[in-house]
Amino acid sequence: MFARLFQMLIKEFLQVFRDKRTRFVLIGPPTIQMLIFGYAATYEIHNVSLAVLDFDHTQESRELISRFSSSPYFEVTATPEDRHQLAAHLDRGEAVLGIQLHAGFAQRLRKGETASVQVLVDATNSNTALLALGYVNQIAEEFARGYQSDRLARVAPLLAAQAPSIVLDRRPWFNPDLRSQWFFVPGVLGSLTLVIVTLLTAFAVVREREIGTLEQIMVSPIRPAEFILGKTLPFFLIGLADVILIGVLGTLWFGIPFRGSLAVLLAGTMLFLTCMVGVGLFISTVSATQQQAMVTAFFFTMPAITFSGFGFPIHSMPEALQLLTYLDPLRYFLIVLRGSYLKGVGLAELWPQMAAMAAIGTVMLTVSVFRFHKSLD
Amino acid sequence: MRWHRLAAIARKEVIQILRDRRSLFIVVIMPVVLMFLFGYGVSLDLKRIPVCVYDREGSQQSRNLLHRFQGSDYFAVVKAVDNYPELVRAIDTGRCYVGIIIPHDFSQRLATGGPAHVQAVVDATDDNTANLVLGYTEAVVRGFGQEVQLDWLQRKGFAGSGPPLSVESRTWYNENLESQAFIVPGVVAIVMAVIGTFLTSLTIAREWERGTMEQLISTPVTPLEVMAGKLLPYFAIGMFDTALCTSVAIAWFRVPFRGQAVTLFASSALFLVVVLSLGFFFSVVGKSQLAANQASLVTTFLPAFLLSGFLFAIEQMPVPIQIFTRIVPARYYVSLLKDVFLKGSTLGQLRPELFALAVFALALATLATRIFQKRLG
Repeated sequence: MFARLFQMLIKEFLQVFRDKRTRFVLIGPPTIQMLIFGYAATYEIHNVSLAVLDFDHTQESRELISRFSSSPYFEVTATPEDRHQLAAHLDRGEAVLGIQLHAGFAQRLRKGETASVQVLVDATNSNTALLALGYVNQIAEEFARGYQSDRLARVAPLLAAQAPSIVLDRRPWFNPDLRSQWFFVPGVLGSLTLVIVTLLTAFAVVREREIGTLEQIMVSPIRPAEFILGKTLPFFLIGLADVILIGVLGTLWFGIPFRGSLAVLLAGTMLFLTCMVGVGLFISTVSATQQQAMVTAFFFTMPAITFSGFGFPIHSMPEALQLLTYLDPLRYFLIVLRGSYLKGVGLAELWPQMAAMAAIGTVMLTVSVFRFHKSLD
Repeated sequence: MRWHRLAAIARKEVIQILRDRRSLFIVVIMPVVLMFLFGYGVSLDLKRIPVCVYDREGSQQSRNLLHRFQGSDYFAVVKAVDNYPELVRAIDTGRCYVGIIIPHDFSQRLATGGPAHVQAVVDATDDNTANLVLGYTEAVVRGFGQEVQLDWLQRKGFAGSGPPLSVESRTWYNENLESQAFIVPGVVAIVMAVIGTFLTSLTIAREWERGTMEQLISTPVTPLEVMAGKLLPYFAIGMFDTALCTSVAIAWFRVPFRGQAVTLFASSALFLVVVLSLGFFFSVVGKSQLAANQASLVTTFLPAFLLSGFLFAIEQMPVPIQIFTRIVPARYYVSLLKDVFLKGSTLGQLRPELFALAVFALALATLATRIFQKRLG
């Protein structure tokens, strides 16, 4: 049996690596996608364009504005003269944020009244808008806190020392600088593996069927079990090699920390690859042509990636969809990946994910092997 | 170019499309499926973030602060622990995103003056969620701190103290800061990019693969007539799909449509020409359905997803990538869609984007025709 299986493996590998295009597909697009994702996929905000309209022209108003312009999050790109100009800057997309300080701003501050800061936000991109507003509030809060304590110190020095206040200590764990790269690079690793392994496995079988060589193989002494193993094992191994290649590349190039255990990640990868090979085989049993296989694979990979938590939090989806994500093997693999890379957690935390992938993999493989047998008869 | 020959080719193509039920189904159903998939799956709005609280004091004041978290829509207190390792575990396993730690001397500090420190431990694996969560946490703690301070000041007879600053923010174009409002219009662009890819790989590459292209060429039709005749029906389907997607966006997802239909129509038509020409180009060069499909996916779908500003703000990308996005047609289409939907921009205001798309459409259509003619000659 092993001799025949070995022959199948050699044939498959030859077929994969003889084709220049397939060879390229294994290395080119994954590398390019990893690089583009690493650089382009970012939720961070820096130097958000800001238009400032200061009607007050006092030391206080200038002080507040300088806090904005010296912050890494904002960049003052325009100083309009009136409200219409300010609005025009936002309309034309030249400024994402507009800040307006009314005349009498400093006067109200000095009298101990509440001075208002008007902020206009282009919320076309609600995420950028929300983050920017968060930073605006933070800067305004720091200014207010400083001003308040200065004023108290002047008016009532004794009280100032006793005034209660609460400070929030921010502790963003695992990714202290809040870098999108750290979030996306392990995610790309998972989604690329999903696409490559499903497509390759599905095509390998469908191609034989389309060209008619499937019958030839079936009349040879190879048994169906050996055929299936011979058809899936190569892609399992290729997937593994791709994970290692992209993983090493992403880690070294982007400097993503790896804090967990390699053994756990390897085990998780193998379980995930089992699921993917199962899915690929399943797709091949429902497709007669490569074109159909491609469309079917597309309909699997799109939702699988979208609902995995790859870039959009599962937590934000409607609840019915959240339930659906439990069927998605990539969901579990991403938790294992990010857990191993960033969180540095091990089997004690990740066993539920491992178990889920093992279950999905077993079901997927059993169903597709069964279907495959039937399609041969 | 003879119109009757062009019409004949178009007629042949329509018959072929109508006969290929599976492809027709894909072309009509896929846009709707993708709209729902991305419309629901891609959301960045956070609600009911799972929080773990560790109240080391258990005083009236610490409970008051924690009540604020319970009362907020953004948080859901799902776990209360009485030791630190348990909090770490809740974060490590991913059960909670945030851990709020109140120190043992919280109310004592508030009574004797000086800042009381509240700690927010956030799982920052997903940097964006962490950033938003920190913003919301900050807002809750700030609100509570301000109240405690004002209360205290008033009790000490320090009259007339409101908070020194109030930030009044107005969000424009997307008043409720819903991520769907900016994601769904962008999805239309993604869908068109995918459809364009599929449509062309279904048409020309198939003709090459089956060898019927040679038959077509031996008839008196000119290459230009073949190309125009083949693309015309798909252009019609594409426009139908645009209408379908836009209807879903407006009627189902309730995205405000503030612009004019003619702007939407013009920009969609231009973008379709771009996508179809690109797909045509690849199917001529690649000659196999598979290669054509792969190439178009990499050149249309991925850039449309990543480099168009659909989700990730272009201004936040590294400068070389920002420059690169200028040659991504989807960038202009996404910007047009968002402006037409949310800002209600008119044709005149959008001239630069429309012009860019027109240049791409013209250049790519010419290129595709040239390559096609050369290939045949």
